[in-house]
Amino acid sequence: MSIIIRLAGITKVYQVGDESVHALDGINLSVEKNEYVAIMGPSGSGKSTLMNIVGCLDTPTSGLYELNGTNVSEMNDNQLAKVRNKEIGFVFQTFNLLARSDILHNVELPLIYGGISSSERKHMAREAIARVGLSDRIHHKPNELSGGQRQRVAIARALVTKPSILLADEPTGNLDSKTGNDIMALFDTLHKEGNTIVLVTHEEDIAEHAHREIRLRDGKVERDEPVKNRRIVQASSNVGVA
Amino acid sequence: MQFSEVLIMALAAIRANKLRSILTLLGIVVGVFSIIAVMTALQVLQNSIESGLSQLGAHTFQIQKMPVMSGREKWLKALKRKDITQMQAQRLKERMILAGLFSVEAWGDVQTVQSGSIKTNPNVGVVGEEPIGVAANNWIVKEGRSLSENDIQNSAYVAILGDDVARKVFPHGSAVGSIARIGNNRYTVIGVFEPKGNALGGNSDNFVVLPLSTFLQEYGKKRSLNIMIQAKNAETYEECMEEARNNLRTIRKVPPGDEDDFTLFSNDSLISTFNDFTIYVKLGVGFISFISLLAAGVGIMNIMLVSVTERTKEIGIRKAIGARRANILGQFIVEAVVLCQIGGIFGIIIGILGGNIAAIAFHMPAVFPVDWALIGFAITTLVGVIFGVYPAWKASNLDPIEALRFE
Repeated sequence: MSIIIRLAGITKVYQVGDESVHALDGINLSVEKNEYVAIMGPSGSGKSTLMNIVGCLDTPTSGLYELNGTNVSEMNDNQLAKVRNKEIGFVFQTFNLLARSDILHNVELPLIYGGISSSERKHMAREAIARVGLSDRIHHKPNELSGGQRQRVAIARALVTKPSILLADEPTGNLDSKTGNDIMALFDTLHKEGNTIVLVTHEEDIAEHAHREIRLRDGKVERDEPVKNRRIVQASSNVGVA
Repeated sequence: MQFSEVLIMALAAIRANKLRSILTLLGIVVGVFSIIAVMTALQVLQNSIESGLSQLGAHTFQIQKMPVMSGREKWLKALKRKDITQMQAQRLKERMILAGLFSVEAWGDVQTVQSGSIKTNPNVGVVGEEPIGVAANNWIVKEGRSLSENDIQNSAYVAILGDDVARKVFPHGSAVGSIARIGNNRYTVIGVFEPKGNALGGNSDNFVVLPLSTFLQEYGKKRSLNIMIQAKNAETYEECMEEARNNLRTIRKVPPGDEDDFTLFSNDSLISTFNDFTIYVKLGVGFISFISLLAAGVGIMNIMLVSVTERTKEIGIRKAIGARRANILGQFIVEAVVLCQIGGIFGIIIGILGGNIAAIAFHMPAVFPVDWALIGFAITTLVGVIFGVYPAWKASNLDPIEALRFE
């Protein structure tokens, strides 16, 4: 299996007044292709910082981060933007869709920044929207959709560029448990189809969907082990499961 | 990323905040409107003057006491000048060698023309002419006859009516041979002029021509006369003007070195005088427009800054999914520019419509000043760029993590 993410000695230090805060303190870990990893930890453990670095929104203070064999830890803003565009699919807790744009435009937005031609883009976006079961909502605005549907749109947007990793930050945090289950079922399916998924959460039962659980505490990896009792949920409906 | 994408995004953002967008671009509309309206009106005016002047015969020039299109001070100073008398005109005529036509006319009275119960407004120009002057003015008698030497010698109470006057006072049938009351006297209508349209801000068909002698008798001999001279040909035109100037200076005993105490003007000098006059108008309007566009630009910048703050989250999202700094910078600059250009286009349209009110007033064909429309559009674009850069730069430099966290 090829290694997608390799972190070696990653630190992140914030300067708060006179004090240096070590948000990450020497993180070493690798994620292979088609792994399903949950990053867990209490607040303040550094999981958000780690996610930002893995997601190329931020760069580490020191250490090496290789994404698909490319050293991204010292890239400049524009290079990082390109990596985010091509290699990473974000799914956020609060969905983060553009409120004024319809579903189709939201999903094709990464492709616009990727410089894909209009006709190809539309085709790819429709495909991704079909993948999450929202083909009949393609011209709806986000505020015309339920929370679960919005998160599906966000997932379609994350998938549309066929990224190396799907990076989900508390993807069910704003959803009721039934809808949350549906979304997790969708992630399970996406994983079976070969996607590499990194899930950041503080909920045990969400983390149990993953194959591997990494626990952070005080900026260090506290535990890194396979999930023993994997939770396999069936979606409450068939929506989105191809 | 294609430009069309950026444009679509910008238009969507402007549409999303319609009222705010409209209020913001109002300033631009006003600034551009003032430029375009004044330039259009000036163009109409210039066309009007040029078409009016071209009605003067070829290589013709005029001499009169008062200046043409002058400032108030110059005008007041000129009031002190001695009148150009019939005697002076007569002596000038005798001295001129290069003049082909030489005619003396008197202007400057407005009267009511009346026949039976039908009468005009008291705004009909009354002109005293010599027979030759009728031709020199390019007035063509369409019906009846022109003035004759006899009319002059006898100071006959005859009149030729301008087309408008004739149609107004004699709506049925021909005016020729009828009696018209002009001011306090009764005149026999001997002819009617062909209509010649309108020029110089007045109605060129709203006048009557009397024999010069009759006019002077009726409206006072103490009236400065206008002299119209046509050179024999184009080659001697300049020379002929010089001859007239020098002779008239001698006749009026202007000391060498003093400026002329009369005004000699030709079509060309009229146009250049007009241009001298309009340059100040243009400068003034330019200054006012500059100020209003500056204010509008600051308004644009303000609204764009608000917009950047409001859309911090959107910017964070865009950055997270791969927008580069340049993409964000471009998006917000284009938004500001498009906003300004929409204002500019409205300003241009309203300005051209407004300026062409002058065309309606002067009965001139409408004018579309392409050059000024383009300049106006370029200026609005520039305003958009100048005042859009800073907010856009601010947007492009937002940290994606901070921006995503923004609520």
